This record gives sequence, structure tokens and C-alpha cells, in this order.
Amino acid sequence: MSEAFGGPHGAPVSNRVPVLRLGDVLLVTLQGDLHDSTAQQLQDDLAESIVRSGAGGVIMDISGVEIVDSFLGRVLAEIAAQTDLLAARTVVVGMRPAVAITLVELGLTLPGMRTALNTEAAMELLTGQAVSSHFGGPRRESQ
Amino acid sequence: MPEQAHGTAGSPTLEIRDFLRRRREQIAQRWADEPLFRAVFTVSRDEAVEAGKAVVDALAQVADAERVEDPDAAGFTAVREQLARMAAARSRAGLSSAQVSAELAALRPPVENLLLEDLPDAPAEQVRACAGTLGVLMGTLRVVVTQTALSEGQALIDRQRLQLLEVATPVIKLWDGVVAVPLIGTLDSARSQVVMETLLESIVEQQARFAILDITGVPTVDSLVAQHLMKTVAAARLMGAECIVSGIRPAIAQTMVHLGLDLGNVVTRASLADALGYVLHELGVGIVTPGAKGAVTR
Repeated sequence: MSEAFGGPHGAPVSNRVPVLRLGDVLLVTLQGDLHDSTAQQLQDDLAESIVRSGAGGVIMDISGVEIVDSFLGRVLAEIAAQTDLLAARTVVVGMRPAVAITLVELGLTLPGMRTALNTEAAMELLTGQAVSSHFGGPRRESQ
Repeated sequence: MPEQAHGTAGSPTLEIRDFLRRRREQIAQRWADEPLFRAVFTVSRDEAVEAGKAVVDALAQVADAERVEDPDAAGFTAVREQLARMAAARSRAGLSSAQVSAELAALRPPVENLLLEDLPDAPAEQVRACAGTLGVLMGTLRVVVTQTALSEGQALIDRQRLQLLEVATPVIKLWDGVVAVPLIGTLDSARSQVVMETLLESIVEQQARFAILDITGVPTVDSLVAQHLMKTVAAARLMGAECIVSGIRPAIAQTMVHLGLDLGNVVTRASLADALGYVLHELGVGIVTPGAKGAVTR
């Protein structure tokens, strides 16, 4: 696998997105421009990681992604659908306003996909318990 | 004939130019007595005469360039602002643009009379040609004034449209993690775009899990407005926030059903208070009336 994507002699050419494991949840953080091949590679990697680890949820943080075209939008939807098949739930996190508007204008409202404002909210959604007090701002009295 | 007349001192256009320069003072004096100038320059007659002279100079310059039919002629640029001010003053006084135009037309006869006085023994054909050119020139002046007044109006409309966009879309924080947008007025594409952008920005800024779109102030909901609402809701959902549409009046609910509009699985509530109640319930926040024996939650 690595011959196909890594550069020869360990050159720092990598178009792989790291998949981090946090307990029962896999965390993927996408950054900057995502090439089509990278997106497809991520799709493969995620399916494999879920099967290998038996994870129950996937969090995809796309707050660092400034442009989502119709291809990447479809990949996101496909990832969500395929993790569903593998009995894991995908939550897309931190989509930028401009990206959301673009997707809606493209007609990609991604109805089956779960979304959350931030990774914290996504963790809560997946594990069912609050990581910390979540919408209590400083105004809320603490016990 | 035209080749012969063109560019020579005898051509009607240049004749008019010379006439305008020669009679500048008298024309301005007579114009100052016309309703248009009298109504605009109410304070002093001298001011009206000065303004009249400026217009006569502009006309002479246009005639000099032999562009009597061209409203964009360089000569008009100098007086354009002044003409616009005059037209605006008349519009403010409640005159329609047609009435202003008629008042401008009234400027023509005094000039024509002066012209005829100037050419007592000229051949009839030359008199006719000169009068014709003068008529065209005055007509062009009317076009210039109308054009200027219209573009002024257009600029005003553009300015107000921008102001409307800014004014009508405040995003209000109702609670920690809850924002609301009270929509007021008709939702067209441009406005709904602004609403969507400001709402999404504030969702990020405030980390709002819930956004309430209140359409109490929207007079009618047709398929286009419904589509805009759906888009906003979908975009907010993509970012991880839930949208609630509130303020659907009975008549609007009826119309929407008649039109077969479907808001899909968007959460709707009758009033902003109901929407806030729903959101607080979802957040697990209860409101307790102080002093009440049994804690009342809503």
C-alpha cells in the first residue's frame, strides 16, 4: 500500500489523513485542500480501521477545510453511509459557513449525515455522556 | 447642402452658438421669470440669472461641438449637477417628472422669440433651420435633465436597498447556545442570502446548538420563500446546529398547506416563545417561577 502513495526512500510525501483512536471513537481531522485521491484513500482507510478496531463512532473534523466540492461532498456522504453499514456512526464536525452554503447551493444537503458544532458536542452525541458541562457558559452556576 | 453648411459660420448649429453667446444675458433674464427658475431660486433673482447663464453657456458649448442631439455631450457635464438639483427641488415640491419636463419645455419659447428678433431679414429657410436646431438643442436639454433625475433616483434606491439588507437581519442571542433571527419583510434571494450568511457566522461565533428563524414579520410565504427557509435550515444543520422555524401565522399556515409546501422535517412552532420553550426543553433547562410552591417548569 505504502509504495503506491508514499514517496520512495521515505520522502515526506504523504497524502494520507491520520485516523486517531479515542476509546470507542475514531477521530479524523481534515486540513486544507483535500485531493480527490486523498479523500478516496481516507474512505478505504476508515472502513478498514472500523472493522479492525470495532469502533462505534467516527468523528470527522472538517473545520480546517475551506473548499468542499461536489466530489468531496459525495465522499463525506459515502463515508457516513458505509460506516453506518459497519454499525458505526459518523459525525461531521465544524463545517464552515461558506462550505455549508456551497453544499446547500449544490443541492447536497446530506440528509442522512449527523453533524455537530465541535468535537466535544460530537463526543457527547456518540458516547451519550457529556465530556464537560457543554452549553453552560460562565453564566451557569457550578455545583 | 449639408456639406456646404457643415463647419461654416453659416451652419444653423454655429448660428445658434453665436446667438446663444450674444444673447446670453437676455435669455438668462427671461428664464429667471419662468416658473421653473422662479420656483427653484426663491431667494434671489440674481442667483436664478446666474444659473440661467450657466445653462446657456453649456448649450453654447454643446452647439460649438456640433453635438446638439447628444445628451452625453461634454458641455452638459458642467451643468448636470445643477440641473439635477433643480429637478430634485421640483420633485420635492410634489411635481411629477412629466410636469418638470413641461416646465423645461416652457424655457423654449422665450429663446425662440429672441432668435426670431435676431433674424428679421434672414431668408425663411435659414430661420426655419435655426429654429429647428434650437428646438433639438432644448429637447436634448430636457432629456439630460430627465436622465439625471432618474439616475439620482436609481442611486437612492440602490443605497436604500443596501441599508435594508443591513438593517433587517439582526441575529439575537436568546440563551447560551441559542440564537434567533427575526425575519421582517419579503424574503428575496439577496436578502435570504444575507440572512443565511449572518446566521451561520453567528452559529460559529456563539457555538449555538439551536437557531430560531422567526417569520412573524414575513407577510407571505410562497414556494420561493419556503425554499430559502429550507436552504438556511439545511446549511445550519450541516454545521451541526438545529433550526426551528417559528412565527407561522394561521393565515400563512393555511396558504402553505394550500400551496402544498412541505418544510420537510423542520421543527416548527407557532410563536417565538414556543420555539424558545422547545429549545430550552431540548437543552434540559427548566425555568422556575420563584416563590411558587411547586416548581413550575415549562
